[in-house]
Amino acid sequence: MSATATTPRTVTLELMRGSRRRHRKERLVRVFFLSAAALGLVISLAIVLALVEQAIRWLFDIDLGWLWTEGWFPRADEFDLLTILAGTVMIAVIAMLVATPLGLGAAAYLSEYATSRMRRTLKPILETLASIPSVVLGYFALQWINPELVRKIFGSAGTFNYLAAGLAVGILTIPLVASVAEDALHAVPQALREGAYGIGARRKTVTTRVVFPAAVSGVVASLILGFSRAVGETMVVAIAAGATSGSLRTFNPLEGGQTMTGAISSLAIGSDQVRGSGFAFDALYFVGLLLFAITFLLNVVSERFVRRVRSRY
Amino acid sequence: MALVAPADARNAVDLALRGRKRQVGGMLFRFGLLATLLLALAILLVLLVTTLADAWPVLTDRALDFVKSDTSSLAERAGVWQGLVGSLILTGFVAAIALPIGIAAAIYLQEYARDTRTSRILIANIRNLAGVPSVVYGILGLVIFVQAMRAITGPGSSGRSYVSGGLTLAVLVMPIVILITMEALRAVPASIREGAYAVGATRWEVVRSHVLPYAAPGIFTGAILALARAFGETAPLLLVGAVQGYISTPSGRTPLEILQGPYTALPTQIFAWAKLPAGDWQSNTAAAIIVLLVAILLVNFLAILLRNRYERTW
Repeated sequence: MSATATTPRTVTLELMRGSRRRHRKERLVRVFFLSAAALGLVISLAIVLALVEQAIRWLFDIDLGWLWTEGWFPRADEFDLLTILAGTVMIAVIAMLVATPLGLGAAAYLSEYATSRMRRTLKPILETLASIPSVVLGYFALQWINPELVRKIFGSAGTFNYLAAGLAVGILTIPLVASVAEDALHAVPQALREGAYGIGARRKTVTTRVVFPAAVSGVVASLILGFSRAVGETMVVAIAAGATSGSLRTFNPLEGGQTMTGAISSLAIGSDQVRGSGFAFDALYFVGLLLFAITFLLNVVSERFVRRVRSRY
Repeated sequence: MALVAPADARNAVDLALRGRKRQVGGMLFRFGLLATLLLALAILLVLLVTTLADAWPVLTDRALDFVKSDTSSLAERAGVWQGLVGSLILTGFVAAIALPIGIAAAIYLQEYARDTRTSRILIANIRNLAGVPSVVYGILGLVIFVQAMRAITGPGSSGRSYVSGGLTLAVLVMPIVILITMEALRAVPASIREGAYAVGATRWEVVRSHVLPYAAPGIFTGAILALARAFGETAPLLLVGAVQGYISTPSGRTPLEILQGPYTALPTQIFAWAKLPAGDWQSNTAAAIIVLLVAILLVNFLAILLRNRYERTW
């Protein structure tokens, strides 16, 4: 066609390979990204090693009988595990009593009832709630929830108690439960809903009898994750549950006392960590390992449930 | 879409089908669900209003003075300046470390790694790390940054320094950054990548010129939220030794000396004050909370605005 014909170029293997500089750059970038990802593994190994080594050393140093006494008094060498476990479970159960109905209700409304415009105005409520730091909720539990709610209803409750702290932890847990559960409800295929509507079901029936059962694994996962979050919550407990250095074993939510996270934080900030018993401070590694193991297990189980939803639809 | 009848006609048909009866049960259920959201909103409002009321005396009497004063053992002199500066430095540290590494890790996992057993384990592991309680990260920071790396993190402050605190918080938010970034990358449709591959781009060129620009708003929003989380985080700082009482900040130190020196943060200050006897300290605590919330809510509002503005669906 044109007068100046280009000299034909033979396509060689060398040409197909492309420029060596681009290849080198590509490899470098890849190695950089890979090492960043590997850091995730390193961090979790570091956590496990740091905890396990110190915790085992502590276990060998102490008398195992100290783990079963009348209460949690680190400075007196009383490390009753049941005390802090009972406190943690009480807090988490109270928190889930708040977060389950509120979180799941919010999730169901957002997923099944709200129009996309309503979602845009309503979702920020949950997101704002999720962004409130836990120290703030701790203060709220101490200064408002306890005097205005708990002590008005239960006159016998003290200034610090598990109930007020548990309610505040529940408030913190709502957004997590709501968002995981909403994802699960959202993932239910539209065809299931349409099938139910087609045979004359109402929206309430569709929500409770079709969508919820179909998404039950994800909903359970949201509750487990919420529970795990409540178990690991620290600041609310440290401020409002009366987690001072020691407490007697109690199963009464109206009393104040220690939890696992509370025990860790009060050991960490105790001014007499060095001068007290030599075993007191190092107990926090053991409690930390226990806490890590419990939450890790809960997270793995909830991940299983989430995967079940994903693989089905 | 064109077949949807006008609203009033639909209502008429609805009513005719139901025999003109309203579905009381259905409506109650609907309002019950809506009420859960409204209750969450109410809790939020009560929290803000009561805290604001507690803080009122301090905020009206000495608003600027309170923000600009250092810590003190006297309630009427104490302020949040050191805590605010400390929190900003810590957050800067987190931004400088957790964001680049976290985003890079997410790019690897989402764009480079094949779906093998190893990569699946790595992702599950990161998901688990995101669920580890923050105190546990505090213990990690105590063992590694405060004790083992004392010579680097703070020779003069027995390891309890900005460096230790910042590294601990960075490790804490990194999994969150990775997960949010992966989500944003996943939302970019494959066709955009394929278009770039088709004209001969290498994987990195595809990521840089095609995937990242589309995922940027999502990554950016997530990064902001992660930093806000680090700004309000308290529990790990208790373990890596944030100062709770009075802290002296002598002038004339080099930036490195400051970073290796003792530190405090706004949430730690709030925690320390919240435990003091009621009275003057209660208004101080509430006022410090207002300062913290204003900072965090502003940042969050910005993130939500950004997302609503740039959010796109394919």
